[in-house]
Amino acid sequence: MDETDRCIINRLQGGFPLVESPFLEVAAEFGMAEANLIRRIAALRASGVLSRFGPMYDAKALGGAFTLCAMSVPCERFDEVTELVNARDEVAHNYERDHELNMWFVLATETPEQIPQTIEAIEADTGLQVLDLPKLDEYFLELRLVA
Amino acid sequence: MSIDSTDRAIIEATQCGLPLTPQPYHAIALRLELTIEEVMARLQAMQERGVIRRIGAVPNHYKLGYSANGMSVWDVDDERIGDLGPKIGALDCVSHCYRRPRIEGRWRFNLFAMVHGRTKDEVARGVARIADVLGPFAYAHDVLFSRRILKKTGLRLSGRDPRSSPSDPDASRPASRRPTT
Repeated sequence: MDETDRCIINRLQGGFPLVESPFLEVAAEFGMAEANLIRRIAALRASGVLSRFGPMYDAKALGGAFTLCAMSVPCERFDEVTELVNARDEVAHNYERDHELNMWFVLATETPEQIPQTIEAIEADTGLQVLDLPKLDEYFLELRLVA
Repeated sequence: MSIDSTDRAIIEATQCGLPLTPQPYHAIALRLELTIEEVMARLQAMQERGVIRRIGAVPNHYKLGYSANGMSVWDVDDERIGDLGPKIGALDCVSHCYRRPRIEGRWRFNLFAMVHGRTKDEVARGVARIADVLGPFAYAHDVLFSRRILKKTGLRLSGRDPRSSPSDPDASRPASRRPTT
């Protein structure tokens, strides 16, 4: 990743134009060829520096239901429980964290009633209690990381 | 914020990303047998209704060197959280800020603020700024550092198999002690 890549990442976090030839428009801002910009974005996506490039949909707007869950998993069972939790399609993200509650995952389901069903299923699979911490309010500001 | 079947088709065609071709919206229109005008008008309308937050890139913060990711959690006065939450969300070190429930006997923290930094010290400075803003209305707090991403598929409409990614070895971090707070 070079300086130009960093500038591209910073620019693309701010929003991508909704015009017929959006890459051409952004490339012009950088004084570079359209094909060069597309090539660089493709490389950033392939290397995983960009995890996504496209419209960011508001999950709620799509009619789904979401919650954040936390579990306290005994060390010796961590890998086994990770596998059980990750096997479920409803689990969108899962993080290990440094805490007594050491597993934190997001559930995303099509309907609200699938949330408690999934939690019960995970509790049955693992024999562990799942804390259900849904979003009650959002104080949102878009994240911008300086590349 | 309702969406119809055409919107849904556009969402399904773009939720994994835009085609990297000179005319990406055109490529989607061709695939869905719509006109480019309609695809662009609907994306525009979805953006205005808040269905689309923005069109753009999401960097992997680990790969940009933001390897410290602290989920700070705060026990904030219930009377004041509505005023204070937006002030925390507006801090530039905070990426996401939510109110969540307390759970009797298990979890006392009602405000979550994600703080990203290149180092744990940078995260600690962000946490200190949050503490300043909350002042006497935060009774306790903690910071939970991420050790590893175990799964990250993002959200998908149903009808497709989310490709689950195995845990990313680059995301592994040596275990470290939590700061005592």
